Amino acid sequence: MTMAQTTAPATGSPSPAPPASRKDGRTSERPPAVQLLARPEVGVFLGALAVYVFFFAAAPTVRDGSAMATVLYQSSTIGIMALPVALLMIGGEFDLSAGVAVITSALTAAMLSYQLTMNVWVGVIAALLVSLAVGFLNGWLVVRTGLPSFLITLGTFLILQGVNLAVTKLVTGNVATDDISTMDGFDQAKKIFASSFDVGGVQVKITIVWWLVFATLATWVLLRTTYGNWIFAAGGNKESARAVGVPVAFTKISLFMLVGFGAWFVGMHQLFSFNTVQSGEGVGQELIYISAAVIGGCLLTGGAGSAIGPVFGAFMFGMVNQGIVYAGWNPDWFKAFLGVMLLGAVLINQWVQRTATRR
Amino acid sequence: MTSNATGAHRAVLTEAAPGKNAPIVELRNAGKSYGNVRALHGVDLAVHPGKVTCVLGDNGAGKSTLIKIISGLHQHTEGEFLVDGEPVRFSTPRQALDRGIATVYQDLATVPLMPVWRNFFLGSEMTRGPWPIRRLDIEKMKQTADEELRNMGIVLDDLEQPIGTLSGGQRQCVAIARAVHFGARVLILDEPTAALGVKQSGVVLKYIAAARERGLGVIFITHNPHHAYMVGDHFSVLRLGTTELSAARSEITLEELTNHMAGGTELTALKHELAQVRGVDVEELPEEDALQAGAAKAN
Repeated sequence: MTMAQTTAPATGSPSPAPPASRKDGRTSERPPAVQLLARPEVGVFLGALAVYVFFFAAAPTVRDGSAMATVLYQSSTIGIMALPVALLMIGGEFDLSAGVAVITSALTAAMLSYQLTMNVWVGVIAALLVSLAVGFLNGWLVVRTGLPSFLITLGTFLILQGVNLAVTKLVTGNVATDDISTMDGFDQAKKIFASSFDVGGVQVKITIVWWLVFATLATWVLLRTTYGNWIFAAGGNKESARAVGVPVAFTKISLFMLVGFGAWFVGMHQLFSFNTVQSGEGVGQELIYISAAVIGGCLLTGGAGSAIGPVFGAFMFGMVNQGIVYAGWNPDWFKAFLGVMLLGAVLINQWVQRTATRR
Repeated sequence: MTSNATGAHRAVLTEAAPGKNAPIVELRNAGKSYGNVRALHGVDLAVHPGKVTCVLGDNGAGKSTLIKIISGLHQHTEGEFLVDGEPVRFSTPRQALDRGIATVYQDLATVPLMPVWRNFFLGSEMTRGPWPIRRLDIEKMKQTADEELRNMGIVLDDLEQPIGTLSGGQRQCVAIARAVHFGARVLILDEPTAALGVKQSGVVLKYIAAARERGLGVIFITHNPHHAYMVGDHFSVLRLGTTELSAARSEITLEELTNHMAGGTELTALKHELAQVRGVDVEELPEEDALQAGAAKAN
């Protein structure tokens, strides 16, 4: 970790080497253990572990395999959305519409298939297009206007919330969509989005698998591809990124569309596991996703974070959510827990950023 | 002002005449107006390979406009801008880069939280493997970055450290090394020593010299005549958007340069104004020579 400077012979410049005092040890003092702990994803892993151990001790039911499967299932429905939300956050933007966008997607698929009596796949594809379009619109408006994404997506959030309710009532005359479980292609779609399989006598939901697959993919993209580099750069310093040739607008818009994709996926999961969609749901979920990303070590202001952190962040949510129930406590405590975790994570994040950029 | 500029115009042309070292970048009587504001007017500048051309000037003298034209952020509205002898008009910084003109901006265009090697290759990443498994060639990038940095005399033990943890001078040097690596023939340095201490400035000046040794043409924008005189081969002083002075190193001394920079004539005028307005005893104020010497020390 030490820095040293010497003159290179290749320059042919006769000036003497800078004095050894230049090795001023700005980054050399911290021991490896502290450095490891300073990594946000390590911090959140330890946090998740602590929460797990806590409920393992407090609620004996948690030790059961099926309870764990439930915890993981709960985590996965948050986690799948927390991933694109985290990537977007690393890219320097927010999406407050992510929660209701899930419902918008599910409603689109449900109503299109049912009202037009078509194969559910028509609705599923249409929902994907709608979700990507909403994401594109968010991204395009943010890039084009330069306004904070907080404002833009707050607008979309309200629009979608209203549209969800109004259009559903207009089309179905009800606040929920009709049951689509008897329609063509339903079973096939359910296999992909909402089935479960047996592992040693425990029913495991397929969303857990998808969650881990997406997390692996996101990690690879973030750390090993050009696009991942662009995400960090777009969030870290937009102007600099543009100056060296990073397509910042493309990166941001595509990240918003990725959130759209996530909303579609989770929306399809909800639709095919419950057969109907309640049009008023989803409000407040966006904050859960954002919290999971922040707890997972993503910097709210962009430029730093990981994909694995939000996985643990989502796990903490699922664990606390279910753990409280298994421990037989009042579930009302969930939000309080959540707030404490979020505050803790934010404080750690701030400390990390300060130490990382200290000169 | 105008006669001054024309004189300088001739001076540059005669200097450019010997063909062996034809200028890579040349401005002829160039200018730029923003609406009805004339930010730059009648400026001549020639950048030769292996030479450092210093552009000096006070705040608002037109230095930024000048580099924005050359780096492709803005377009000139009068005169000519030639690269390798052919007139050009860049509409994006990318086009300037493709012609080998790289700009190291004051903010250095680095992303503080990203590792040094990622910053080095940002926007021009090396990849391997076919799509969709095309991935960053991390080993090669780290190795190349390390090599290039060593060539510029910077040795970093850990290229994974965020670039924000480097000192201002080191970051400047990484930015210069990056520009050199990506095929820059002309390096525009926008006030690289402005925010730096004495020692750090020395490090940066050394790398400017190193870049020159490697045959690059360097445009060194600064408001510090001392830094300019240490590495410069040619000096252009801008004032109020036009060339006040254009001289080769052999034609000018540091004192003359400082005088032009510090605005010796303006200081004399100011002295008289002060005497009239405030009733200050003019005899008590230092003489013009002393003022210049003072300015020199201050710098």
